[in-house]
Amino acid sequence: MSLRRTWLTMRRILQQLGHDPRTIALLLVVPSALMGLLAWSLVNRPGSFGVLGPRLLGVFPLIIMFLVTSVTTLRERTNGTLERLLTMPLVKAELILGYAAAFGLVAIVQSALVSTLSYTWYGLVHQGIPWRISAVALCAGLLGTAFGLALSALAKTEFQAVQFMPAFILPQLLLCGLMVPVALLPTALRYVANVLPMTAALHAINPLQSTSYYLEQFCVMVAYIMAALFIGSTTLRRRTK
Amino acid sequence: MAPPPLAIEVSQLRVVRQHSVILKSLSFTVAAGELVGLLGPSGSGKSTLMRSLLGVQTITSGSALALGDKVGTPALRRRIGYMAQSSAIYLDLTVRENLAYFAGVLGVDISQVEHTMHIVNLHSFAGRLVSSLSGGERSRVSLAVALLGAPPLLILDEPTVGLDPVLRRDLWQTFAQLAGDGTTVLVSSHVMDEAARCGRLLLLREGNLLFDDTPAQLLARTRMDSYDEAFVRLIEEAS
Ligand SMILES: Nc1ncnc2c1ncn2[C@@H]1O[C@H](COP(=O)(O)OP(=O)(O)OP(=O)(O)O)[C@@H](O)[C@H]1O
Ligand SMILES: [Mg+2]
Repeated sequence: MSLRRTWLTMRRILQQLGHDPRTIALLLVVPSALMGLLAWSLVNRPGSFGVLGPRLLGVFPLIIMFLVTSVTTLRERTNGTLERLLTMPLVKAELILGYAAAFGLVAIVQSALVSTLSYTWYGLVHQGIPWRISAVALCAGLLGTAFGLALSALAKTEFQAVQFMPAFILPQLLLCGLMVPVALLPTALRYVANVLPMTAALHAINPLQSTSYYLEQFCVMVAYIMAALFIGSTTLRRRTK
Repeated sequence: MAPPPLAIEVSQLRVVRQHSVILKSLSFTVAAGELVGLLGPSGSGKSTLMRSLLGVQTITSGSALALGDKVGTPALRRRIGYMAQSSAIYLDLTVRENLAYFAGVLGVDISQVEHTMHIVNLHSFAGRLVSSLSGGERSRVSLAVALLGAPPLLILDEPTVGLDPVLRRDLWQTFAQLAGDGTTVLVSSHVMDEAARCGRLLLLREGNLLFDDTPAQLLARTRMDSYDEAFVRLIEEAS
């Protein structure tokens, strides 16, 4: 494996984004605006934004990076560039890590902007430490990227890839504790909810927990990221039947 | 004098895709420095054969060697230049960014980027986004990627499709020149007259090798005076 080829791949993906200012704008403006909308809608319920706002900081990057990555990698599969790269001395891990690095960077910029706006303009008050929220946002972005890479192998068209979003994200949104606290779920669903990556992201944002509790949540997220990246790399086949 | 080393050695190559036999027991060899035209009707298996030589198509039985190594060996990955039938370049990058990325992956000197752009006559498009180029211009970018690093074996799937006669002539001159310098070039094409510039023609039909000889022999064998007619004649004789 070569760090240089991973770096080149990351740079190439960022260059592609760089030629698409509208996508960059959407990546940065949409979550910022949504967060502002949430803050505004809760002005008459003091304290609510402090609870819901940080949670969404963990959910946005997951959804957005999932979509962006699955469409970008699907394009790479269908336009022939993946096959071309695999006839060259590129190791699969270099491609996968290049993607993770590029979109991880986008996730950092995105969450830095959204959380800065939240803590200043939108008046977010939260008993958590901002850097922990940023770390969760980064992990959530990487989770989205990793799952996007893995699931894009199942899609034949961009249309299908976009349909994976409701199939993969919505069940997690319902169960992760955003709608109903996990403790109040029926037993079977509680077991499911407790192993979902999005639940770990939300738990890691909870204020006033012990360090070991946070560590555990981060470990769960990192394990999911690694597993999904590994699965993603096994779906890149040098040879077709 | 010792015979030149073989660049391609295919023996009883058989490829089955989804229960249909695409290549049926093909055998042929190509010597280093040869310019070989691969012809055949649409669907005859030209692209499949080329992809087999690159190691991206699973071979059902038989064997295929490229530059002396079994196809698909990692060491071959920087020694074969491949241009696929679809352009296989990034539409949302400029011509130069595309070439620079692939040059980086191949680990060839960055000066190769300007060099190959000159070969395919694209230097005036260097800063243009590929999505803003015409079909023929895109296929030249793809060809330039295949030429990066001057690999000893070039496998080009219909490189001249959609190009005007002047460009086609220039490219065939480039291929002949590359072959003259010792590069082995395997080119597939539908256009018989341009394929006749090759030293040797391989004619595929339904996964069988119908003809393997020089263009002059093709005319002599079929007693025709145009390559197009000779091609049609051979195909009809076989069916
Ligand atoms: N993914 C696939 N699965 C199964 N069969 C396939 C697949 N792709 C192509 N084929 C079949 O393999 C055969 C050979 O295809 P190939 O692309 O090699 O032909 P070709 O000679 O390159 O044609 P053309 O001149 O149109 O490019 C065709 O009959 C085609 O239908
Ligand atoms: Mg073809």
